[in-house]
Amino acid sequence: MQIHEYQAKDILREYGIPVPRGRIAGTPAEAMEIALEIGSDEVAVKGQIHAGGRCKGGGIKLASTPWEAQDAASKIIGMQLITPQTGPEGKKVRRVLVEEAQKIKREIYIAIINRAQKREQPVFVASDEGGVAIEEILSKSPEKVIRVYANPDGSFSGFEGRKIAYGLGLENPLVSEASGIIKNLHRLFIEKDASAVEINPLAVTEGGELLALDAKMNFDDDALFRHPEIRELRDPGEEDHLEAEARDIGVSYVRLDGNVGCMANGAGLAMTTMDLIKLWGGRPANFLDIGGRASAEQIGKVFRILNSDDKIKAILVNIFGGILRCDRVAAGIVEALSNMDIKHPIVIRLKGTNAEEGRKILRESSLKFEVAEGLSEAAQRVAHMARSQT
Amino acid sequence: MSILLDENSRVAIQGISGREGSFHTREALKFGTRVVAGVTPGKGGADFEGIPVYDRVIDAVEKEGANIAGIYVPAIFAPDAILEAFDAGINTIVCMTEGIPVLDMVKVKNMLVSSGCRLIGPNCPGIATPGVGKIGFVPNFIHKEGRVGVVSRSGTLTYEVIDHLTALGIGQSTSVGIGGDSIVGSTFVDILELFENDPRTDMVVLVGEVGGTAEEDAALFIKDRIKKPVVAFIAGRTVPPGRRMGHAGAIIARGKGTAEGKIRILRKAGVMVEESPVNIGEAVIKVLGRSENIKIENEK
Repeated sequence: MQIHEYQAKDILREYGIPVPRGRIAGTPAEAMEIALEIGSDEVAVKGQIHAGGRCKGGGIKLASTPWEAQDAASKIIGMQLITPQTGPEGKKVRRVLVEEAQKIKREIYIAIINRAQKREQPVFVASDEGGVAIEEILSKSPEKVIRVYANPDGSFSGFEGRKIAYGLGLENPLVSEASGIIKNLHRLFIEKDASAVEINPLAVTEGGELLALDAKMNFDDDALFRHPEIRELRDPGEEDHLEAEARDIGVSYVRLDGNVGCMANGAGLAMTTMDLIKLWGGRPANFLDIGGRASAEQIGKVFRILNSDDKIKAILVNIFGGILRCDRVAAGIVEALSNMDIKHPIVIRLKGTNAEEGRKILRESSLKFEVAEGLSEAAQRVAHMARSQT
Repeated sequence: MSILLDENSRVAIQGISGREGSFHTREALKFGTRVVAGVTPGKGGADFEGIPVYDRVIDAVEKEGANIAGIYVPAIFAPDAILEAFDAGINTIVCMTEGIPVLDMVKVKNMLVSSGCRLIGPNCPGIATPGVGKIGFVPNFIHKEGRVGVVSRSGTLTYEVIDHLTALGIGQSTSVGIGGDSIVGSTFVDILELFENDPRTDMVVLVGEVGGTAEEDAALFIKDRIKKPVVAFIAGRTVPPGRRMGHAGAIIARGKGTAEGKIRILRKAGVMVEESPVNIGEAVIKVLGRSENIKIENEK
């Protein structure tokens, strides 16, 4: 689960990691008020969306008076912000973070992430080329990237901080300050079950202070059960509403761009279903794993999600019945669809436990399905249908 | 002797009283599995289908000679259950539980590493040796005794592949689901090594998917160390970057872990990679037909 920059900065503050003075504003008037309150020569007005590269899209502006801050906020709030990370449609900005702008001497990149390649433990990644995306640093000057493994039980030795701080070429009074920040970052990562915490840049200001100017945080979805305080930070406005709906009913669903809707039981089978649709000339509209769900109510909800995607022209249901019986799935589908108006043709492929009974239930219903047994045959049919619908 | 689960295996089921644990233990019994004990703290002294239930794993080990554990407990309790089995001296642990926090698994794996204890999973469908038994969700009817090893990161996709093999008369020595999480106890490499040294296995079917580097590691290992033929399918060629596809480990992060990359490196290592799981069976027949010392029929 991802959170906004302003929320991440609140957490950094809680862990004693210095961030610029500032607050979140929902309206231009509030932005002006905050700028007045800060009283610095210059403030930064930063649009809050779940994507990086905001500067390039005009989502971050500097203002030297409170009135300018208000003006900047009125331009940013409500805009459809397009950055290299948002995709062509961009993301709507609902709030801005107004904070004291800084005069910067140096920018550092520091992160702690859970995706260590060789050793399966958290790892610090740091570079003295902050302010640019890590992907860029990694491709341009990978030798400049410092990696230090972090203990998963949360214990920290001072040398780990020094190794990074000296490696970044920091000078002496700042080394101990940086080590302190790294130690707190580690504690935050472990205590909050984060999967990635990135400070980019960690700035050395002209006043000689270290300050986290931008921050990104991601948390382990599987650990949210023990972090109600993180769950509260979820912003439904940032999510695709269909994906949010799917999550609420406990279904894994990822919306894509294609014209063939699909669902399968199991993540691997769902990905394979997408691949086969593509192999036969269709374009998958989504990833959808229904897991072991078979009741009419649950299946109905899943169909409603696919039905709300306007790009979909045909639907493929692919079930391999193991423990989940095909006849139960078929009965669930028939019951769910009798009360629904599905706009598009549906191909249903049943295999495994009670598949024959399942197919019989489908054929004998008054609903129009194409019933298939083979996987290739089903994918081929649905891809063809999607083509002839357009 | 087959890998992981063989004639000497004495299975203890942790969480035998739960909904999943009880259902799948009954299925395992029908499959011929020798389940010698159940473990549910607080239910010690009870009986499940004639199998004694204990409070602690150590009791199952000392009183029933349990030497392999199957775990069906909720994610909150699963790390503890794994460590309890490890502490009791069990050296093969199969954990089906989905949704264990990453940092918990990191700690568990750190404790198990270099101990000689083998963990399969978590978030996996389990293991099955047709003719001997099974631990996990893998449906009974799809299997047939034989000499092809199957190793996979997913559940139903594996059943699909095994079902195709069986339909073509190709039996399996053992099927192993290593799990869909980003941190799993055993990797493709670990299982490939077991199959390579297993006299009951002639070749291996590997089913991978996007995310992580398990398939890449497997490719390098196959090139250097595996003499038995390997046929593979990799799911997720249409998966976009940066999105988690159900399995916690199925995410293309920072351009790494794409299906194309995995397929390329596997092919370079001499693995026959199929575009559809439907073609796996044919590929296996082709490979087996080529090897003079291997017979497809009459595996028993």
